[in-house]
Formats: sequence, C-alpha cells, structure tokens
Amino acid sequence: MALSTNEIKDLEQHAWQARQDIIDITGWSGGAHIGGGLSVADILVILYFKYLNVDPKNPQWEDRDRFIMSKGHAGVAYAPVLARKGYFNFDDLQTFNKFKSPFGMHLDCLKVKGVDVSTGSLGHGLSIAVGLALGARLQKKDWYTYCVLGDGECNEGSVWEAAMSASHFKLNNLITFVDRNRLMIDGETEDVMGLEPFADKWKAFGFIVKEVDGHDFNQLSEAIDFAKAEKSGPVVIIANTAKGKGVDFMENEVKWHYGGLDTDLRAQAKASVDKLYGKA
Amino acid sequence: MSEGLTWTVYDADSMTQAEIYGQVLCDLGDQHPEIVGLSADLANSTKIGKFGQKFPERFFNVGIAEQNLFGVAAGLAKSGLTPFVSTMATFVSMRACEQVRTDICYQNLDCKIIATHGGASFGQAGSTHHCTEDLSIMRSFANMTVIVPADGIECANAVKACIDWPGPVYIRIGRGFEPKFYDDEEYGFQIGKAVTLMEGTDITLICCGVTVLQAMEAAKFLKENDGLSVRVLNIHTIKPIDEEAILKAVMDTRRLAVFEEHNVMGGLGSAVADVIAASGKGCAFTKVGIPDCYCEVGYPEDLYTHYKLDADGVIETVRQVMQMDFEEDDDWEDEV
Repeated sequence: MALSTNEIKDLEQHAWQARQDIIDITGWSGGAHIGGGLSVADILVILYFKYLNVDPKNPQWEDRDRFIMSKGHAGVAYAPVLARKGYFNFDDLQTFNKFKSPFGMHLDCLKVKGVDVSTGSLGHGLSIAVGLALGARLQKKDWYTYCVLGDGECNEGSVWEAAMSASHFKLNNLITFVDRNRLMIDGETEDVMGLEPFADKWKAFGFIVKEVDGHDFNQLSEAIDFAKAEKSGPVVIIANTAKGKGVDFMENEVKWHYGGLDTDLRAQAKASVDKLYGKA
Repeated sequence: MSEGLTWTVYDADSMTQAEIYGQVLCDLGDQHPEIVGLSADLANSTKIGKFGQKFPERFFNVGIAEQNLFGVAAGLAKSGLTPFVSTMATFVSMRACEQVRTDICYQNLDCKIIATHGGASFGQAGSTHHCTEDLSIMRSFANMTVIVPADGIECANAVKACIDWPGPVYIRIGRGFEPKFYDDEEYGFQIGKAVTLMEGTDITLICCGVTVLQAMEAAKFLKENDGLSVRVLNIHTIKPIDEEAILKAVMDTRRLAVFEEHNVMGGLGSAVADVIAASGKGCAFTKVGIPDCYCEVGYPEDLYTHYKLDADGVIETVRQVMQMDFEEDDDWEDEV
C-alpha cells in the first residue's frame, strides 16, 4: 500500500533528524563512517519507524522482528535511530567511541539496547540472519528477520554461502537489503572488485530481486510490502543510494567513507541537510 | 552407517563406545526440544546425521560452507534454540575461526561445538586434515569453554554437562577409532575439574584425549618396574583449567609432564605452564606433543609412537623428567 502523505512527512522528519544526528555523532566522536551511514539512513528510518515490530520498552521481547546491520560500520547511523526510537537517550551517544563507552563504532548487542546482533566484520550478518529465520520457522514464530548488507561487503565469499542457504531453505521470512552506494574504501565498487551484473548474481543464487531508489520512501515501502507478501523464497532489495547522501560536499565522494567533522564542517553539513529537507 | 570410519557419535546401531554418546544426544534431543543440530556436508562423517535422522526438522546441513555453518548456528542460538554443531576440528578452528570468535564467543551464545578428527586422529589424510592448533586458538577466545574428552564415555559426559553450562563450548574429539578408557559414566565428571586417575607423589602426568589411556598404561608400568609413585590427572577441560589440581600436583610431586595431541605451543601444556609460572614455584616440567611442526602422515598409532605420545613414549619422558634439576623454594609449604 502506498504511503500516505502524512506517513511520508513523518518519515522525512525522522530522516532529517537521523542525518543531523549522524553529523553530530561524527563531530563528537572524532571520526565515524559517515558516508555509509548517510547512505543507509533512509532504510533504517523506514524500518524502525514504519515496519519493525519491536518494543523499545522490552528490547528482548521474544516475538519482535529481528534486525541485523551486517554493514556494522554504519553504527553511526544505527545508534541514533535506536535512540530516537526510544531504546536509550540520544545524549548517551556523546560518549560514542570514547573510553569504556557502550557505543563503539560497531555496535555491541551485549552493551546497546535494541541491537540484536553484534556486527562489524563484514560478511557475517546474512548467515546469522539465515539462522534467525530458520529458528523462527522451526518455532512457528511469525516475526521477520531483516538484514542490511553493504555492497562492498558482497565481495566477501561468506555472503554468497549465506545467500545459497537462504534460498535453499526457502526463507520467506528473511528480507535482505543491499545498500548499493557504489563506493568502498579504495574506490568505486566496479573498479575495486566488480559486482555487476549484481541483480543477476542474486537471482542466480535463488533470490527474488527488487531494485529501488534507496532514498525514496515510497519505493522502499513498496519493495518491503512485496517482500513480506512473497512466499516462495527470500527477497533482496537492492537499494541504490548515494554515499554521503544529504551532505553536498560528501555525496559520492570516496574520501568520506570515514572521517571527522570540526565545528565549521558540522555546521556546513547540517545546513546542507536542512536544505535537502526544505528547512533552510 | 559406514564401518566406524569416523566418529559414530550419534550412532546407536552398534555397541561402540561412540554409540553411547550418540544415545546421549538423542536422549537429550527428546528432553530438550530446543536442541538443533548442524553440519557442513559431514553429517555422516561426524555422525551428527544420526541426530538428523531422528529429528529431521531440527537438523540443518549447510553444505561445504563452514563460515556460514557457524553464522547460521549463531542465528539459531539467538532465536532461542541450542545448536550443536559438528564438523572437523580443522574447519571449526581455522576455516570458520572468525565466525566462532565473533558470531558465537563475542556474543556469548549457547552454541555447543563437537569438533571431530582432532589432532592426528586422521593422520593418513595429511596436514590439511590434521588439527594440532585448535586448543590454542579456542582457548584464546573469551567466553569459550574447551574440553578434550578421553573417550566416548567422557564425551557423553561432556555433552550432557554442557547443556547446563552457559555459553559456547568446544568439545574436541578424534575420529572414532579411539580405544575405550572409561568403563562407565560414573566417575564424577565435572567441567573444569581434573579427574585424578591414580594417586602418586614422585611425578604427575597430565593428559587429555587419547593420551589419557597411554599415560595410565605408562604409570602402571613405571610403578611396577621403576618403583615410581605416579599421579595421573585427566585434565579434560583445558579452559577453565583446574588450577587447584595443578598447584596441588606441583606441591605434592614437584615434577610434571604434560602429554597432548596438539602442537606443544598453546594447548594443555601451555595452559598448565601458565598456572605453574604464575604460582612462582619451581618444579621439573616438560610438555610433549607435536613439536611445532606439521605432523607427519600416517596412521594415528604410528604417529603417536613417533611423537612419543604412546605408553613407551610417556615412560621415556618420565624417566627424563625424574633426572631433571630444579630449584625448590625454602618456604614451599607455607606458600602453596
């Protein structure tokens, strides 16, 4: 079902907030994976504020949907979304990366409420998601498992081991996203280690593929509705995104995979985000 | 099932010692619906497939993909189930090393690993299938418990005990040809507690896995022929190690020798050495295992003889250790 105007407005507000938060945390922490955080922000926003059946007051609720940020370096985006959802206070994130903080840049599920799986090393999340989805099915639970991969992460062979098993086990309760921002640390994905024909690869591994604009809530919503309704097997949503989305001087710039922001740059970045959302 | 070519840990068809363990896991499966089994195209070789035959809906074969194997196990554990995962020790500890460490140990999941073909138990297969590094690797993972049972009965005890033992457990066994050591399960097995197989005051032999039987045979021989009073400790749990039993052995016998089917670096011998070093007590000490090399090819019995892990080798080592000089503390008894 198409999103209502109010829903879109609400999601846009959360997306604006998430981008402001990502910029703040990057500033406080001295450095974070801001480019990939900004590219995945809209996926996080629509999942946490529209789709995920979770209860921040009861983070371990056994019937909750599970979410796995397989591209764990996007903790800078994941943590503020969890905070705004109500798992903890946003101000706690002032300790991000600092000595004995519960918040390292790759979030730890034993330290951060709302995090289902500790990630950071790439190529692990989808296997864990397969296990969760199998576990739900075996226990006749109807919760969904959502997993977000980075596109560069798909260089890892273990991603394809997991993909093979997801389709082998016909996991229709697993919904996979790839944040296709086309950049990795050393350059463009197609230069470092080509992924194309990317959708064909997923199809060959038995996935049903939806390609969307990963910053368009209507397209994301339509794809998620499709994936939830699909009963024959796993669906992957390839979300075409821009690394650094929302901050004009970062967008599609390889050097903004990881970085810090001083006071001036923070202000510039925030102004750019305000402009994107018509708040300038 | 094939004629005992590999561990028949879940094989209840014949009265092998391994069958005992198989029976235990299937019984546990009845009592614990949360138990699920996983393997990576070694359901038959490891015989976890027996569990799979009894509980097909609770068994997952992920194909030859060990990294995925442990990731999937982590996910199953996170969904509230208790996975038992079985594949060869070399693939658990090295191919899927990071998944075991990061997906299972870091997140402290109730995942129980039965690693088969440990040490040189598949000696004829060559170094790709030997595993003489796993104890070192596994004991360096925080939260991990590491157990090396002496035989099938002890393996059964370990499996039963690990159900109520929180967190990840690594149980390292051989290939299934290993001779029986224990007659029954009633000898007081406890995770983390050494089993004193023979009391003695001249020297302590510390062993695990296949070396337990060899050390006992050697101890009996040495008692009769050399007049030695030999203590034998089966330290089946490498981590957490029984520090008390080791320190008591140091105090009572002042001479210790460790025997294990593992590189002499990082395994049981190193764990024992850590305890001795931290105690500040002098004693005669040696560790016998694979001497930091890739093991020769051959049948396990021949390799155990070659690396002095059989009874004759133990006897030879003991006679050497009895000649070793070491410095004793004056106030020994006050401090220990």
